[in-house]
Amino acid sequence: MDSQRISDLLPLVWEGFVVILQLTFWAGIIALSLGLVIAITIRSAPKPVTVPLFWFTEFIRNTPLLVQALFVYIFVSRIELIEGFMTPFVTGAIVLGVHYACYCSEAYRAGIDGIPKGQWEAITAISLPKSRAWIDILIPQMMRRCTPALGNYMIAMFKEVPILFAIGVFEMIAQIQRYTGLSFAGHVEGYTLAGLLFLAISYPLAVSMRKLENRLARAHG
Amino acid sequence: MDLLFRTIEALPTYLEPLGVTLLVTVLSLFGSLILAFVLGLATGSRFLSVRFVGRTIVEFFRGTSLVVQLFWIAFAMPVLLGFSFDWLILSGVLALSLNFGAYASEVVRGAIAAVPSGQYEASTAINLSYWQRMRLVIIPQAWPEMIPPMSTQAVHLLKSTSLVSMIGIVDLTARANTVGARPGQDLLFQYGIILVIYFILAWLLAAGMRQLEHRAKRNIGRAPVATKNTATAGAGVVN
Repeated sequence: MDSQRISDLLPLVWEGFVVILQLTFWAGIIALSLGLVIAITIRSAPKPVTVPLFWFTEFIRNTPLLVQALFVYIFVSRIELIEGFMTPFVTGAIVLGVHYACYCSEAYRAGIDGIPKGQWEAITAISLPKSRAWIDILIPQMMRRCTPALGNYMIAMFKEVPILFAIGVFEMIAQIQRYTGLSFAGHVEGYTLAGLLFLAISYPLAVSMRKLENRLARAHG
Repeated sequence: MDLLFRTIEALPTYLEPLGVTLLVTVLSLFGSLILAFVLGLATGSRFLSVRFVGRTIVEFFRGTSLVVQLFWIAFAMPVLLGFSFDWLILSGVLALSLNFGAYASEVVRGAIAAVPSGQYEASTAINLSYWQRMRLVIIPQAWPEMIPPMSTQAVHLLKSTSLVSMIGIVDLTARANTVGARPGQDLLFQYGIILVIYFILAWLLAAGMRQLEHRAKRNIGRAPVATKNTATAGAGVVN
């Protein structure tokens, strides 16, 4: 450990860390909203839509994020229309968001399955429109059940952002590699700083998630 | 036709890196399983000091990113300790084992805690030692409960082995990079091929774990129940 190198690296690592936080935010929005759309679609759309969608989510969840990111990155670079718009950051946010949307849809599905049958029957009995039933009755009830799972996915997602450096997102690992590439030193300092920053954010989040889980478990008996 | 030809042409080049991916997966699975039991028993221990040490290790590896751990072990640890990995795969296996061992230890702890307390009382009543109780009574009953969440973890581990390509190990992902860059080959197409290979491997792994669960349940005289395994459940689950 060299204090000069630490003070050199700290601003670089921090800069990369901010990129990771931004990516987590945007990918999180995509994952939470798209996941809900997928879950509701699989629940209520006709079979020709749900079966391909189901297999799409299966495929995404069972193949590596790294390869998906590389695949999509190469793919979008070949479509001239969107080439300029799809920077590594945007591509990364979309790939990560879609990847975790497929996980979130499972959490939402479990939440939907947990809604008592009587609620569905009541909705049918008063012939409530589908959209109102979802917005006013079903989603609020399922949200309470699947919030812990969704929170855990968000934390997991945050820790997978560094993978996207493979497609040129300039985050922590990329910053550290540039530094170590120029000075042939600083591996220990750089990667240790990176690890400590992750720990500083994700440990408190994980603890509060566990508290929330316990509280909800108690509230539901 | 051209597409078909190129697929057939490219496939043999993936045999060797496929072996590397499988080797990393199998070694890391064993490593993380052993670690999961050690840490799981430690975090569920009666003694505060043992629990504290176990918890610290688990939270440390769960709290930091796998990518960072991988790079730390591959590039920072050799500098710090003054050695080099003669066999680079070991650094990848070490990182994956530590990370997934920490996650899986929670599965072990949960399953052991879920064994009915009467079983603990009975094994204390017949004067079994801690290790006898664990080995003969508790773990055989907890084991079938562990397998479904372990299966999810194992598939996740398989996917994560692709990260070792970043530290210079020639696995499937790394090979797709080089094959795709060759003249006359197509990078996008090569990534597509290995995505399918990973999907098949994940499917086989999950199927194997279901067999294991089936057998584990039968071994303790419990009828196998149809589990809703989301990882590989057929299209019949829809609706």
